[in-house]
Amino acid sequence: MDEKKLAIIATKGTLDWGYPPFILASTAAALGYSVEIFFTFYGLQLLKKDLSHLRVSPLGNPAMPMPVPMPTLMMVLPGMEGLATSMMKSKMKAKGVASLDELRGLCLEAEVRMIACQMTVDLFEFDTADFIGGIELGGAAAFFEFAGESDVTLFI
Amino acid sequence: MLQEDQELDARGLNCPLPILRTKKAISLLNSGQVLKIVATDPGAVKDFEAFSKQTQNSLLEHAEIDGEFIFFIQKA
Repeated sequence: MDEKKLAIIATKGTLDWGYPPFILASTAAALGYSVEIFFTFYGLQLLKKDLSHLRVSPLGNPAMPMPVPMPTLMMVLPGMEGLATSMMKSKMKAKGVASLDELRGLCLEAEVRMIACQMTVDLFEFDTADFIGGIELGGAAAFFEFAGESDVTLFI
Repeated sequence: MLQEDQELDARGLNCPLPILRTKKAISLLNSGQVLKIVATDPGAVKDFEAFSKQTQNSLLEHAEIDGEFIFFIQKA
């Protein structure tokens, strides 16, 4: 039986949207898939050694559950983003949800290949020294080299 | 109930950690050996069935006892 392949494009750099790529990649790897994640635009934030800067914002996200109903205008007040971020982090901890750092570590351990988009690294002037080790740099063609033979491809 | 060779405590862990820890624990077993997993995540039931189907490690038995989910998986 040929090994199955999963290709993911990770484009989001918020605390909440950082989860799906790492959850799916680590799980697929555990099921025997060979996995590659292509990080582009804000998704590049997920490659930084230190992930503590990732935030979640209630602004522009009416679906985010809040402990008490709040008018949209209040979401712009200083401190709301920090409040939402710490609320989500403590909730995740209480419910036994892994930290992003832990999930990413499990992906690396399972030999998930991670590629940083060269164009957006240059565009946003990311310093690749801030990234974790083992990251390759590449472009769209590099993504398709793997995605073209994948069984599952996801854009997140 | 079956006799396990190794036990994994996945209580309090949420998706996808029970599966990831199981995969790791199974990799340390020999073919034919049995891993017992105790989890509290209700989603684990479907996930362990899917894990077993996709990895050829057989799910020999599973049960719910006092709100805990017990699985016995035999390494292929």
